[in-house]
Parts: sequence; structure tokens; C-alpha cells
Amino acid sequence: MKILVTVKEVAEVDDEFSISGLDIDESSLEYDLNEWDDYAVEEAVQLSEADGHDDVEVVTVTVGPERAEETVRMALAKGADRAVRVWDDALEEAQFLDLDAKAELLAAVAEEEEPDLVLSGVQAADDANGATGVALAERLGVEWAAVVNSLELDADAGVASVRRELEGGVEELTDVELPAVLTIQTGINEPRYASLRGIRQAQRKPLEVYDLEDVGLDESVVDSPVERTDMYEPESEGDATVWEGSSEDTAEELADFLRDKGVVDA
Amino acid sequence: MSVLAVAEHRRGELRDVSLELITAGRRLADATGGDLDVVVVGGDVDAFADRLDREGVDTIYTVDEGEEFNHEVYADAVEQLHAELEPTALVAPNSVNGLDYVPAVAERLGVPLITDVIDFEAGDGIEVTREQYGGKVETTYDVDADQYAVTVRPAEWPKAEAAGDAAVEPFDADVGGDLGTTVNGFEEVGGGDVDITEADVLVSVGRGIEEEDNIPLIEELADTLGATLSSSRPIVDNGWLPKNRQVGQSGKVVTPDVYIAIGISGAVQHVAGMKGADTIIAINTDPSAPIYDIADYGIVDDLFDVVPELIEEFGGEAPDV
Ligand SMILES: Cc1cc2nc3c(=O)[nH]c(=O)nc-3n(C[C@H](O)[C@H](O)[C@H](O)COP(=O)(O)OP(=O)(O)OC[C@H]3O[C@@H](n4cnc5c(N)ncnc54)[C@H](O)[C@@H]3O)c2cc1C
Repeated sequence: MKILVTVKEVAEVDDEFSISGLDIDESSLEYDLNEWDDYAVEEAVQLSEADGHDDVEVVTVTVGPERAEETVRMALAKGADRAVRVWDDALEEAQFLDLDAKAELLAAVAEEEEPDLVLSGVQAADDANGATGVALAERLGVEWAAVVNSLELDADAGVASVRRELEGGVEELTDVELPAVLTIQTGINEPRYASLRGIRQAQRKPLEVYDLEDVGLDESVVDSPVERTDMYEPESEGDATVWEGSSEDTAEELADFLRDKGVVDA
Repeated sequence: MSVLAVAEHRRGELRDVSLELITAGRRLADATGGDLDVVVVGGDVDAFADRLDREGVDTIYTVDEGEEFNHEVYADAVEQLHAELEPTALVAPNSVNGLDYVPAVAERLGVPLITDVIDFEAGDGIEVTREQYGGKVETTYDVDADQYAVTVRPAEWPKAEAAGDAAVEPFDADVGGDLGTTVNGFEEVGGGDVDITEADVLVSVGRGIEEEDNIPLIEELADTLGATLSSSRPIVDNGWLPKNRQVGQSGKVVTPDVYIAIGISGAVQHVAGMKGADTIIAINTDPSAPIYDIADYGIVDDLFDVVPELIEEFGGEAPDV
């Protein structure tokens, strides 16, 4: 059995940041493995470690530049078996990759790999589109479930029994026929830290790099009817009173406020 | 230009976001003087159609298939109705179920999809606004297509209230017989001894607390104030507090007199659960954290400095963390 995990390196913005052009200035960004994908990797690795699942291979796929290999290696260090990274000058030059482009790129790799199960994150922390996994499933013509916070796999029956986390503390209990794409929600497991041994081993695990031609696509994949036209810091809607001064002063202000409000008698 | 909006319901109840869609959809249709049609799939469709009959809706299509949401039924029904009506805009909620079928429908129809839209300017085409990087920035996108789909953020548009006089038409969708996805039921989670929705004062802790061992600091503050302890999602995901303490979209919706958010950034799914608090106070080192957009009072400072001072203000003793 093969599990493909889509992994994205996401950008995190520093507290103080600046915008240049239509994106955050590179100097204000730090990169990390997407939080949701961390849970997806862990879920796949746990499945591969479960009793009777000796033959489970976990492959990660990333669309991203060379810098993203640090993140990919992290996933390998946590137990994925091998990795695929797709990148190309045409992708580098695109303003951004829209949903369709991402789904098409990931589908090209998935069609090559023919996984039984694809695990994606519910969303990427930076763009928060929350749509790539389901779009990928539709493109592949397989089943799917979005926002999964519990997964039990019956590989023989070819069924994933999942819980989908709906709003307001309600969970939907659903059976999904394999092959399928599941988008994984945080909290489904406890992602491990990479061990030193894992990090060493990860250096030797295969990481294949493909360009567009390798995956049977061409530059037209980046063509998009959607164009980013602006990025700006939102005007603060609220007018919060910010207490200034030393921690002692601000704590006193807040304490006085709470006393005035009658929250505490003391 | 015409607009097709897809209503949402769960366990017999039309969800509020359905009425918000009507407001957003009407605004979109008005930009070019087109029709706004609404479709409701499954459940007691006639009762839902009654409730969806608000001012500005032209036709309500009912698809009487199944009781609860199933993404394949929704995808088939919406795809087929879309083919018949050929709307410019397909509008759906940016909800957990919305994100379970709209991306598939958009793929099938070959129309661009923009999710979690918080505003738009329609005219010749559409320019949408959404948030990125955890709400620290907003971005706008021009969509240059004859047809497109958007999911709109819940609670951004007011609910359509005024009664309407829409036509109601059953739509006979041909939904696939062999469903590869079967919904077996629902379960409520997050019960237990504490009900944070009952509290007058909530002291709420987020990822800024860094480690489980530091939680007692916030616990002590809550005790000192006679308040109830709640949290953002990562604290519960990490198993540091039980699920019944989680505020937000997938946790509890709370409306206390005072909500003190400590080391919480104010992500949209968190804010969905606490924006109804009377007074919101934020303690966060990051002045650009979105929590300050909805806070009434704030302290831009390290919680590990402020919270011990605060505990001492009330004669308590801060634990060593
Ligand atoms: C489908 C879905 C459902 C979700 N449901 C929920 C939900 O119900 N509830 C929920 O909360 N989230 C929910 N989320 C997650 C949400 O998107 C955010 O990831 C989450 O709310 C972030 O929690 P946080 O603010 O504690 O952490 P972060 O966003 O990491 O913020 C931590 C904050 O702490 C501040 N900080 C750090 N150190 C200090 C310090 N020493 N002193 C003071 N401040 C400090 C930082 O500046 C930062 O602003 C959901 C997400 C999805 C996709």
C-alpha cells in the first residue's frame, strides 16, 4: 500500500513586517512545514508503523523551490520513505499558483505514483485556501473527505472510516472508499519531533526533483484567470485602547479596569 | 449576470450562513442587475425554501435528495443546475461542508474558485478580497472569467431578513446511485464538567504560552479573578486542556462579559467563537496580531511579564514557570 502526503513549505510572517509590491518582503518571512501537513505526515507514518502494515510506503510530494527541501527533509526525518519535489522556472516566474495549478501539478505526480490514499492538510497556514485536497481528488476521479480528525483504515475492505470535524463540536462519521484523498485536521494525532537518527537517515532517503516536462505538463499550467492586484495591512476596524508602559503599569491599568467593571472585588 | 447561491443546512436546521449568502449574492447580482437564484439540496426542502424566501431572491430550486449533506449528491446537483442556469457566479458558504464539495464542483465546471472571500467589487468581472498569512494582510484578486465560484466567509454579511416572493421550483437532479462516501451519523463532542459558555469572565490561553508546564500561570490568573479558563485550538490539539475548553468555530461560541485573550493571535476560526463577548482584552507581543482588530483593550507585551504582575495586583502568587 502506498500513501502520498502533500507537503507544503509555508511562509510565516514576523511581528514587524513590510510589504513590497504584491507580497510580504522576503526579509520578513520565515519558512516552516505547514502545521496541517505535519499532522498528515504523522498520520501516514503511524499507519505505516501499525501492526500488519509493514508494506506501507509513505511518499511526500511538494510543489516548491529548492529552499523547500529543508521542509521535505524534515518530513523524511519524521518517517516518510521518500520524497518528490516539483519545480520549474515557469512556476518560479508565476505571480502565484492558483488552486487549479496546484491540483494539476499534484495530480500529475499522483497519477505517476498511484497511491491508495492521499493525505493533505486541511489548509496551508499562509494562503488558507482550504481547497487543494478536494480539487485534487476530483481531478484524480477518486473519493475524498475534507477536515478529517480521526481515521481508521481497513485496507483489506478498501475503506477509510473517518470523522469529519464540522462546526460547533459536531463530528460527522463517514465511510470513504479507497482510493481517496483525505484532508487532515490538526489534533488528529501528536506529531513527533524528528530524532537525530531520523535526521541523519533523512539525508540518505531519495528525494526526486521533477520539472514540468518530467511530470508531463507544460508552462500553460500557470496560466490563470485570477490575478493578485493588491496586498495591504488591513485598517484596524476596532479602536482598541492600548495600555502603555512597563508590565507593572499595564497590569495595574488592567487590574483597575477589572475592578471598575466589577469583575473582581479585591 | 446571474448568481446561484447554495444554501446549507444540518440536522434539520437551515444554517445562518444561508441567509448571509442571500445578502452577498443579491449584492453581487445587483452590480449588473441580474437574477439571484438559490438552491437547497436535501432535507425538508419545502420548509427550507420557505425560510430562504427573502427579498431579492428570484427562484429557489429544491433538490429533494437525501436528508443530510453528502458531497457527491451536492456536487452532482449543483453541477447539473449550474449547467442549466449558466450563472456568472456560484456562491457557497466557506464552511466545513462548503469546502467538502465546492472545490470539486469548480474543478468539474472548469471555473476558477476563490475561497474565504470577505468582500468583493463586482462590475465587469469581479475583484475579491481575502485574508492571508493568518489575517495579517488582506489581498485582492481580479477574476477575469465569464463564470467563477466563490465561497464567502460566514458572519461577514448580514442575514437577509425581509420576506420575499420567490418562485419555488423542484429541480430533478440525476445524482449518482453508487455513492463512494457514506455518512453514518453525527456525534457531539466537547461535553464534560465545565461549560465555558456559562462563564461571565473567561481567561483564555493560546499558543503564546509555549509549553504545557506554563499553563498553571494562566490557571492561577483565572483562579485569582474567579474566572473560567478557556483556550484556543492548539492548546486542545496538544492535549494541554480538554476539548470542552476550546473557543471557536469547531469549539464553543462564548459571549462572556469579559474575555481576556492571552497569547492568542485572533485567527478567524477563533474569533468566530468569541467576537460576541462584551469586552475583549488582548495580551499579545505582536501589535499586528488580528486579535487587536476586535479587542477593546490591549497590552502589547510579553505575557510572562504581564500575567505575574496581574496576579500580584489581586494579591495572588504567580507560580514559577
Ligand atoms: C477548519 C478549522 C477549524 C478551526 N477551529 C478552531 C477553533 O475552534 N478555535 C481556535 O482557536 N482555532 C481554530 N482553528 C485554528 C486557527 O486557524 C488557528 O490556527 C488557531 O486559532 C491559532 O491559535 P493561537 O492564536 O493560540 O496560536 P497562534 O496563531 O500561533 O498565535 C499565538 C500568538 O501568541 C503571541 N505570543 C507568542 N508569545 C507570546 C508571549 N510571550 N506573550 C504574549 N503573546 C505571545 C503571538 O504573537 C501570536 O499572536 C481552526 C482551523 C481550521 C482550519
